[in-house]
Amino acid sequence: MKITKTLTAALLAGTVSLLAVSAAQAVTLRMGNGGEPGSIDPHHAEGDWENRIIGDYIEGLMTEDANAEAIPGQAESFTVSDDGLVYTFKLRDGIQWSDGTPVTAGDFVFAFQRLFDPATASSYAYLQYPIKNAEAIASGEITDFAELGVKAVDDTTVEITLENPTPYFLQALTHYTAFPVPKHKVEELGDDWTKIENVVGNGPYVLKEWVPGSFLRSEKNPDYYDAANVAIDEVYYDNTEDTTAAFNAYIAGELDILTAFPPDQYQWLQDNRPGEAHVEPFLGVYYYVMNQEEGPLTDVRVREALSISVNREVIGPDILTTGEIAAYGWVPPGTANYDGEAYMPDWASEDYGSRVERAKALMAEAGYSPENPLNLQLRYNTNEAHQRIAVALSAMWEPLGVNIELFNAEVAVHYDALQAGDFQIGRAGWLLDYSDAANTLDLLKGGTQQGDTMNWGNNYGRYNNEEFDALMDKAAAELDLTARAAILHEAEALAMDDFAAMPIYWYVSKNIVSPAIEGFVDNPSDIHRTRWLSKSE
Amino acid sequence: MLSYAFRRVLGAIPIALIAITACFFILRAAPGGPFDGERALPPQIMDNLRAYYNLDKSLFEQYFIYVGGVLRGDFGPSMSYQDFSVSELLAIGLPFSLMLGLVAFVVATSVGILAGMISAVNQNKWPDFSVIFVVMIGLIVPNFLMANLLQLLLGVYWNWLPVRGYVPGSIPHLIMPILILSLPQAARVARLMRGSMIEVLGTNYVRTARAKGLGARLVLARHAIKPALLPVVSYLGPALSGLLTGSLVVEQVFALPGIGKYFISAALARDYGIVLGTTVLYMGVILLLNLIVDILYAYLDPKVRYR
Repeated sequence: MKITKTLTAALLAGTVSLLAVSAAQAVTLRMGNGGEPGSIDPHHAEGDWENRIIGDYIEGLMTEDANAEAIPGQAESFTVSDDGLVYTFKLRDGIQWSDGTPVTAGDFVFAFQRLFDPATASSYAYLQYPIKNAEAIASGEITDFAELGVKAVDDTTVEITLENPTPYFLQALTHYTAFPVPKHKVEELGDDWTKIENVVGNGPYVLKEWVPGSFLRSEKNPDYYDAANVAIDEVYYDNTEDTTAAFNAYIAGELDILTAFPPDQYQWLQDNRPGEAHVEPFLGVYYYVMNQEEGPLTDVRVREALSISVNREVIGPDILTTGEIAAYGWVPPGTANYDGEAYMPDWASEDYGSRVERAKALMAEAGYSPENPLNLQLRYNTNEAHQRIAVALSAMWEPLGVNIELFNAEVAVHYDALQAGDFQIGRAGWLLDYSDAANTLDLLKGGTQQGDTMNWGNNYGRYNNEEFDALMDKAAAELDLTARAAILHEAEALAMDDFAAMPIYWYVSKNIVSPAIEGFVDNPSDIHRTRWLSKSE
Repeated sequence: MLSYAFRRVLGAIPIALIAITACFFILRAAPGGPFDGERALPPQIMDNLRAYYNLDKSLFEQYFIYVGGVLRGDFGPSMSYQDFSVSELLAIGLPFSLMLGLVAFVVATSVGILAGMISAVNQNKWPDFSVIFVVMIGLIVPNFLMANLLQLLLGVYWNWLPVRGYVPGSIPHLIMPILILSLPQAARVARLMRGSMIEVLGTNYVRTARAKGLGARLVLARHAIKPALLPVVSYLGPALSGLLTGSLVVEQVFALPGIGKYFISAALARDYGIVLGTTVLYMGVILLLNLIVDILYAYLDPKVRYR
């Protein structure tokens, strides 16, 4: 009897709480945000799922418009000196943190100093290395933070000095590493300022609730300067690590936006919910690295044979089934500051059969044939899609006399091996940090000597070409954007003709957006700030 | 019995220490580290990170720092969830996982025992066959598949329950997770109960009870249930620890705020703090449960008590 009573009461309470939610008039956006945020501190965050939260509650000097292009955010206006080195930002009037404290130039100076402070150990601090003395401070060479190229001229003026002219710097300022942090809170609470009960922001939303493993919730910030144009009142950033469950929830109407979906549901979506899946080009390249430090892949003929015998056109439509676009170059289509014709090798338009024949001939020249096969190991991190591609490519290489041994490992082990050069062919992927061609081309720059070891950074394949490096340096010093683009095109062609690495496909972003949501503009950065969205019932 | 319990508790201490030590060093021997991700970090940033987490110290120094912390109840920082310490994450997630596990445990044992009894009493008749059918399904369908099926049926097509997610205080959100979590355990309990009940019903003392004229219900209640429960009870410890540690799939699928999901994600991310923290915690829970079961066993079976 007592149990029945308790149960009834509990069920009643549940029903009442459900009713209460539906009775509220607030416009709520429920976003399937992907992973669990590791940190909502802009200096510790690392992923796009964190960016979606942080970019809603903090705003930098620059922010993104609905197309993800850089527009003034907390800055009302800015000027750039003629030599491209000094940026001066004028802050908006009356901007404040969500606890009422004014946002001042000092908050920005403090934030950049904290970003580069070795004690903060911010993993993405290097994205702001264009700023003068930033790298030296992060590495501990300079300990006086006042030497950093970020200064408060007065309370509402921020002046940023760069090491070199950087054409993408305004875009870089939209990245969360350039966001301000509330100086008064961080000084008082240290890293605890991001505890949900302490956190304050200056963005269109204010964080209200965090249930680790489940969701974060934010509410519209009434004090935001553009609050009048913010249509969504409340946002849930749901943990949707299980994409199948999230997809079911979307179909049941429990989520409005999904930032990923199970690939095997794509066809169903296209058939039953046309227009809701947004599969769009995204700034990123999926590629294989070939170890050029030692072994058979130092031979350019072998690299060429492997690369041209990959039928990239079948990978998106048939192997991944979500329509990824075949990649033949190194800079994704749509990348900013990269006018001019996209790199496309002659062999890409060659008939696939004759490409295979040519590849066989190249392998024969290098001394390999089906009778005298080349044995290679292909490493990839454990994932079904990676496996499908690896299997498909092994099959494409078999006629050339290449025996592939597949070796998969979890992410940490995989990248550890790539960084150590302990591989022959390895899978890798690169999502651009900001829209600029140098951001992918830098992956192919030669290593730097550090003590008695070479640091190859993200150049896992250890492609080493002084001519390429010289072009990259030349581009970095070039102020004129058109001339710079031409130099970068030259560098891309050089590396690709060397088969420095094997691009396979361009990434696509995969969102599902409910028809009730308006203002969701597809863009190659895949950034869609909530302030531009609205929802009709 | 008290001294028996005391000896068991004392015996747990070296086990705990060995487990922590083994876990610590095995984890460090695994290739790859917490900062090996899709992209290589610049070396000075890597150095900063390593210093931040004391990873630049020698392994033994790190070990003593860690064990010292654990003794003070501090499990150190988390490298993948930086806004929380490991202790904070466990403090948030543990009560939820315990609640989920205990409710599922109560559901699984009561339903399982009842179903097993019904099955045994009606051996080879239709109630028996239907119980066996459900038991088989509970045992062979993996929980991620069961979760997907139930989500589609109860959530998407019939719209009876929310598909996933967590709303503090909302019971409908917990029904499916508990159902999925308890089904396989209920199935095991039912199978055990059925088997031992059939055995007990065939013993001489039950036959004697019947012969002296006791009704079927009284025979069951007075003479059959208690001995038939023995194999079930010895299974309850593993069942409960299985429910408490086995919630990881359910927590992940339904996005619930428990600690089960950290088990896998933290191990893959080489988040040393969380892996060790969850391991130590679960070890404590399992040691405790085994102790309780042993004591319960002694209560149910006098032979154990006096040995």
